[in-house]
Amino acid sequence: MNNLVGEGGSAAVAESGTVGSDAVVAAGASAVLLAGVNAGYGDRIALENVSLEIPLGALVAVVGPNGGGKSTLLKLISGMLKPWTGRVEVLGAAPGREARRVAYVPQAELVDWSFPVNVWNVAMMGRYPRLGPLRQPGRLDHEKVEAALERVGLIDRARTPIGALSGGQRRRAFLARAIAAEADLYLLDEPVTGVDIPTQEAIMELLSAEAEAGKAVVATTHDLGAAVRHFRTTVAINRRVIAAGPASILTDPDVLSQTYGGHLLFLGENLGVLDDSHHHDQAAGSEKHFHEHGGRP
Amino acid sequence: MNLVLDPLHFAFFVRALAASAIVGLVCATVGSYMVLRGLAFMGDALGHSAFPGVVVAYLIKAPFYLGASVAAIGTALAIGWVTRQGKVRGDTAIGVIFAGMFALGVFLFSLIPNYVGDLFGFLFGEVLGIGVSDLISLAVLGALVLGTVALLWKELLYASFDSLGAAASGLPVARLDYLLLVLIALTIVISVQSVGIILVVAMLITPAATAQLLSRSFGRLVFIAGAIGIVSPIVGLYASYWLNSASGATIVLVETAVFVAVLLATNVAAAVRHASVEPAA
Repeated sequence: MNNLVGEGGSAAVAESGTVGSDAVVAAGASAVLLAGVNAGYGDRIALENVSLEIPLGALVAVVGPNGGGKSTLLKLISGMLKPWTGRVEVLGAAPGREARRVAYVPQAELVDWSFPVNVWNVAMMGRYPRLGPLRQPGRLDHEKVEAALERVGLIDRARTPIGALSGGQRRRAFLARAIAAEADLYLLDEPVTGVDIPTQEAIMELLSAEAEAGKAVVATTHDLGAAVRHFRTTVAINRRVIAAGPASILTDPDVLSQTYGGHLLFLGENLGVLDDSHHHDQAAGSEKHFHEHGGRP
Repeated sequence: MNLVLDPLHFAFFVRALAASAIVGLVCATVGSYMVLRGLAFMGDALGHSAFPGVVVAYLIKAPFYLGASVAAIGTALAIGWVTRQGKVRGDTAIGVIFAGMFALGVFLFSLIPNYVGDLFGFLFGEVLGIGVSDLISLAVLGALVLGTVALLWKELLYASFDSLGAAASGLPVARLDYLLLVLIALTIVISVQSVGIILVVAMLITPAATAQLLSRSFGRLVFIAGAIGIVSPIVGLYASYWLNSASGATIVLVETAVFVAVLLATNVAAAVRHASVEPAA
């Protein structure tokens, strides 16, 4: 396959999935644009020469090994991390400028599920940035939250503490927050990791419908099967953009070996399976820097 | 002899009741956020850090509240800044800075010639000695803290629950974090005269910790913590009056007793629920 993108190349991710060395193909207005971005922590580089365009209406999986730069990419887009060099544009402006139109759903492992909030409270948080400090939630906010909870099928659990929900329901509650926020760009960190296949399908159905409605949905995942099953387009990254295009590129052994290095076992015609022991080592490392830059004092 | 009304004949006792109830409420409110964010150690540290400020204020005859505020807020911001550098862990930064500040306080204190002032009062509180002007300063600062929380409760809540999500959607999470530290520092400052710098962490943490056992929503958590925060100092002050015990320590012991009682009660309740479910299953 020819959709390997070498160093210095740029990748455009669109519905068509067209990728070329310098091609920028956008089906709609650009939601995310990265051009020649280098970024990292301290003196450690995490992303190198990344160029990427994601249009509104796209449903994109960002795949790669843990520590390969997936979370860093989300942090660049959300404005939490500044690039060393290169340009990042989000919804046509500098990252953070259009923050109210961006919804971020964190990894389930990073959420304190014993926190005393219920489903309604969590969805209502999506309204807070719009309200500002002086205004309290009003009728419009209640309507939006109610509609969002209807949408994700949690209206009957509105008063349930977030910790009493199942894994899939918890994710749907965060999705309701994104919907209530009326965001145009959804950033999701591992939204389908650690839930069973029917739950994955329920979550992806919702995300897919949001993309149909013109939102850009960008989700990281290290579950290749989930990426192929559920996403129209993929970006494979391992410090650099290895490939970008239709999810089927993940069946290309070249793409897989460049993305995951030697830590992948090939099972005939099937998808690669991660070598688990190695994968967990890296998970611990990436969690650590996540916390260091997580913004808590 | 009337157990409740007799002490109220003394103006100092009434002032102490008012002061410690205000302190209890402010501490419990700010403490609710601290418990949810795991900032108990930070509270302890900022309490100790107020010490050099108190000593310097005494030395240069500046107002007590000014000295304590400068030291505690300065330390809060320094800890926040060092933590954000990411070179050492948060609890390491707290440990280094607070021990250093406390040592500075002890060092300065030891330099005061012929000073026979009340070290015990700084360390463990002296709420029965609180004057009218101190009570007014305390009420004003307390209102400032509560007013700020009332204005920003939802932003602070969002940033506490999901700092990444809050930051991505445009809340100034870093500034909110610093603001919370400043609020903790101010709360400690108004608490020092009531319970002293060593015990203030209990005033901050214990009511919220108790409330956490009983609440599944944030509003309820703050409400219960606030109620415990107001009632415990009143009970504690009466107890200390009749037992002639140290007032700050007695207040803290009341809060601790409430926590232990609630913890045991919730365990018993859970056991009863469990037992009543089992035969059916």
